[in-house]
Amino acid sequence: METFPLLKELSETPGLPGHEGPVREAVRRLWTPLVDDLREDGLGSLIGLKRGSAPEPRPRLMLAAHMDEVGLRVTGFEKGFLRIARVGGTDRRVMPGIEVVVHGRRDLPGIVGMRPPHVVPQEQRNKPVPWEELFIDLGLPEEEIQEWVRVGDPVSFSRELVELKNGLAAGKALDNRASVAAVTLALEQLGRMEHAWDVVAVATVQEEVGLYGAATSAYGVAPDMAVAVDVTFGQQPGVSADESFPLGEGPTVGVGPNFHPQVVERLKATAEAQEIPYHIEPTPGRSGTDAWAIQVAREGVPTGLVSIPLRYMHQPVETVALKDVERAARLLASFAAGLEADFRPRWEDEG
Amino acid sequence: MILKELSEAFGPSGYETPVRQLLRQALEGHVDRIWVDALGNLHTEKRGTGEDRLRVLVTAHMDEIGLMVVGHDDSGTLKVRPVGGIDPRVLPGAQVWVGPDRIPGVIGLKPVHLLEEGEAEKVAPIEQLRVDVGAKGKEEAKNLAPVGTVAVFATRFRELGPTVMGKAFDDRAGCAVLAELVRGEPFPHDLHGVFTVQEEVGLRGARVAAYAARPDCAFALEGTIADDLPKEKDVSPTTEMGKGPAITVMDRTFIAHRGLVRLLVETAEGVGIPYQFKQPGVGGTDSGAIHLAREGVPCVTVAVPCRYIHSPVSLLSLADFENTVRLMREALARLTRRTIS
Repeated sequence: METFPLLKELSETPGLPGHEGPVREAVRRLWTPLVDDLREDGLGSLIGLKRGSAPEPRPRLMLAAHMDEVGLRVTGFEKGFLRIARVGGTDRRVMPGIEVVVHGRRDLPGIVGMRPPHVVPQEQRNKPVPWEELFIDLGLPEEEIQEWVRVGDPVSFSRELVELKNGLAAGKALDNRASVAAVTLALEQLGRMEHAWDVVAVATVQEEVGLYGAATSAYGVAPDMAVAVDVTFGQQPGVSADESFPLGEGPTVGVGPNFHPQVVERLKATAEAQEIPYHIEPTPGRSGTDAWAIQVAREGVPTGLVSIPLRYMHQPVETVALKDVERAARLLASFAAGLEADFRPRWEDEG
Repeated sequence: MILKELSEAFGPSGYETPVRQLLRQALEGHVDRIWVDALGNLHTEKRGTGEDRLRVLVTAHMDEIGLMVVGHDDSGTLKVRPVGGIDPRVLPGAQVWVGPDRIPGVIGLKPVHLLEEGEAEKVAPIEQLRVDVGAKGKEEAKNLAPVGTVAVFATRFRELGPTVMGKAFDDRAGCAVLAELVRGEPFPHDLHGVFTVQEEVGLRGARVAAYAARPDCAFALEGTIADDLPKEKDVSPTTEMGKGPAITVMDRTFIAHRGLVRLLVETAEGVGIPYQFKQPGVGGTDSGAIHLAREGVPCVTVAVPCRYIHSPVSLLSLADFENTVRLMREALARLTRRTIS
């Protein structure tokens, strides 16, 4: 699979928390030829099983990437315009002047309107527009809006994925479709590789509102080990190098209480053996990713985290390096294929 | 639809060439003369059919607001300043086309997760914003987009039904109206249609165009502010989308000629075209320069109401657009020497 078209399809397909339907169908189409079994759990996470070669009962590795994206929701109507609230950590500072799609009884394109500078007093221009003053214009008569749109309807950003210089891609929802793309590419590579463990790829739901899909799917999969795949802060102007990672220099591997040391060691060893560049991402507490929920599923799951550096998180211009997506994929596939049938992450003093 | 092509064309103030080329191609064969002046205005002349012919100047400006590259960061991003009036709050999250070759770029902010106390309540001034084209460092950025390179919003034209959306309806809507007039049947009077440059930076093109044209009277066509939006202190909507062409009686730059206003009103009422008056005192158009040309020119502005001008995407009603074309056609047919005397 070519990375850019794959990422473009995943990025441009809508999938708000709790409304992941369209992106789930896109992932289903992509994964169907790559896995032995595909199912959906009660919350809507998509679970693909790729069987390993070890004798039963085979150990299971869960690879989790959330497929939901931040966005908006319709909260009311005023003079033929829609009032909105955010779903997940949407950044209101980027809202004025952007194009959206309202997912009502049918999909309706719209604009988050902004009054022109000619009529806005100077003192107002020094403050970001508060949520309660933002609105969507569908360019339709009020009666038609009443017919198609109801309070609660989800709203997604409308943005084409574009390729920037040096193999960067910019668009919406790359948090976390970049990782869904990486898991998809990893499944494709695993089709050409021998692997002892079962690999269970999960496109989780509702990460942006509380890691809910990861919690239920980890319970359902009951993995022996898990690696969550997400995005992390990419280096960009205005952000300290201490809290961000350069684009194009490979994925990051998380270290900290959220991650089992042996999973971390294996990820590092795999990257080094495969000559995949990576950075260590120190995570002193909550990782804010699916890994946080998966680690405490059932009796506990040894968990790791691979992240793709991304600029402008939660804005419709999220930017990643295609090479980092491909490297994350290679790391995940090689990591999975390298697991011996009898390997289990253990503590050194476990006895 | 020529409005779609015009809307998507690249042309910030001073860099209108692609818009001019598009118009020239569309208008050649429909006019008696077509030429470009020293500032880049596109002039057209269409001789009238009447005996006692006035020289009627009709203008619409080709330029749009945009950004200009003023420097480069070590990280490879571009520092920019506005070309024309831009509220910096519409820039974050935007995608732009850098240079006429349309190199894609994006404007992002520090992620909301990393903001310090109170930072979310601040608007980043344009001096702090950066355009990211993916360049690896300063040298590559300089090569891709040297200082002085201009950029515009990367917005595709789209039909929503009774309305359409796209960038730069201020004033590509006016350009499309004027193109319709120029391409149609001749009028009794001589029509001097000019697609002007540099309106957004001070009505520069219109000034020299009006001097050169020596018109008896003039009409400036615009895509103007429709502020019929939900807002706290509702003093005036300026104009309202869907209520017909907006006639300016007075704005920040001129007072319209009463005879021309009367002609437009009587024409609209006589033919049955909806119309509205723009809230007086707001904004400025090419009329501000034209009415002062030489010894003075009777002048009026007629506009298609557009929501969200000077932002990445504006919205207009196709009925308003059609009615503006109709009103202008009918008014130019009814114009006499007495209208302006």
